[in-house]
Amino acid sequence: MSQREPTSLWQKLSEAGPLHARWLRGVTADVNLAALSRGSSLGAPLDELRGASVLIAARDQLPAALALIELDGVARRVVLCPPDLADEHLPAVIATGEIDAVVGDRCAAKAGRFVRCSAEIAPAHRVRRASERTEWVLLTSGTTGAPKLTAHTLCTLSTAMSGPDPLGAGAVWSTFYDMRRYGGLQIFLRAMLGGGSMVLSSAAEPVGDFLARAGASGVTHISGTPSHWRRALMSASLHKMAPRYVRLSGEIADQAVLEHLRSAFPDADLAHAFASTEAGVAFAVGDGLAGFPASYIGRPGAVDLRVVDGSLRIKSAGNALGYLGGVAFPRDEDGYVDTGDMVELNDGRYHFVGRRGGIINIGGQKVHPEEVEAAINRHPSVRMSLVKARRNPITGAVVVADVVVNSPAGAPSNADALKGEILEFCRATLARHKVPATIHFVPALEVGAAGKLARHA
Amino acid sequence: MLARSEIVSVVEQVAAEQSKTLAPLTDKLGLLETGLDSLCFAIIVARLEDRLGFDPFSTAEDTDFPVTVGDFIRLYEQASPGDVAA
Repeated sequence: MSQREPTSLWQKLSEAGPLHARWLRGVTADVNLAALSRGSSLGAPLDELRGASVLIAARDQLPAALALIELDGVARRVVLCPPDLADEHLPAVIATGEIDAVVGDRCAAKAGRFVRCSAEIAPAHRVRRASERTEWVLLTSGTTGAPKLTAHTLCTLSTAMSGPDPLGAGAVWSTFYDMRRYGGLQIFLRAMLGGGSMVLSSAAEPVGDFLARAGASGVTHISGTPSHWRRALMSASLHKMAPRYVRLSGEIADQAVLEHLRSAFPDADLAHAFASTEAGVAFAVGDGLAGFPASYIGRPGAVDLRVVDGSLRIKSAGNALGYLGGVAFPRDEDGYVDTGDMVELNDGRYHFVGRRGGIINIGGQKVHPEEVEAAINRHPSVRMSLVKARRNPITGAVVVADVVVNSPAGAPSNADALKGEILEFCRATLARHKVPATIHFVPALEVGAAGKLARHA
Repeated sequence: MLARSEIVSVVEQVAAEQSKTLAPLTDKLGLLETGLDSLCFAIIVARLEDRLGFDPFSTAEDTDFPVTVGDFIRLYEQASPGDVAA
């Protein structure tokens, strides 16, 4: 065998920095990483899970994160179950993942053995021996139907990491994401492999409380989707934290949200990244401008990008291995993963315009909702917007927009005048069929569990 | 008469927004002669749906497509649930 012995997340994070100075922080408990060298979060000896396929199905992120650290290198496979997975999908996930054991904070599913995990580290003699190259399986949140099980390894998930963080144990990472999703897992791994700490979020925690907790924990690096950030920008608690690094990913970062974050955190490095669960991390853009330089396409390096029929394709060591259960994976004959994210070249820069399936057809002319949202969001009174199709007897469909304004009252003082202004804003930059036919002011927009604007059909 | 004044004001607003020169609106004027194109009418129907709470094209069964301005207004008047007038 030419392959080296398996190494585990535990081994790598131990080598990355002193454990006693590093923490995993949840809403109700904090765990010092050194505790894991003397004890365990799991209610069974590790060897009983060696070689098994394990579903990690905890409600809270902290026990899930601890279980993941303990099981990498031990289990044959870990399937990370997001907290919002509908119960109806659980049997299919268990069958497709060939689950032998469920690790959780409550017994939610019957599949072989149940092992309790918690945020309490009980004293235990653990020999943390790595014997497996553990497969990490993430569930992709499809808008309809059963989730897909996307297979990675610690290696494919950590290709974008560049070694120890210059801040060492002083680096405190956080994210609005759940760490069981690709975007959150990236931040978790950056913290663990870079030698830092991590502040975990919770879906049940109000955003203001989370921001205050992040600030109190000294967060230095924080990431979220543009929707997460727009919500944070509306919070009076935003300035309770002072990160050095602010990252956006998971949705299109339009110029407006970049500028709002730039003025909220003038001294921070601001980056917007492109990644997907299937394709991995493609790049991070640090110049504060929406889109990415056209020179990224075809440039030599670890990540190969190309644009085929308008969509971005990515080939890199960060690509997922594939889907479990024989589901067709969107990899082309040259090994590029098709992201389904459509881009347009404009003045030497590619801009994301939307998803391939999200196009609205207005009398034969096409529009991506996201490009209209980007135009609306540039109006200074607008915080965020959702553009959708409304059926229309003349053109088949028209574009309509729900808009959240900046004012704390949630409703503009002069709605008609503001509508007129926003429409003028849109007409200045968009083709006429792309300008919303009507605008509604709404107090809030639904953001799904993955931190993305909920787009209902 | 709820619909007529609403419709005329929306038509004028959309024409202005779309920089279209609107012909004087009479009942006999063909919709195609108003100076508005189909996207303008699509927007007008959407806005009227917001204001009046209905879209007569989808509520009325077997609607003949209106040809004149008068047809268009009548379509709304006939489809009006009646209590929208206030």
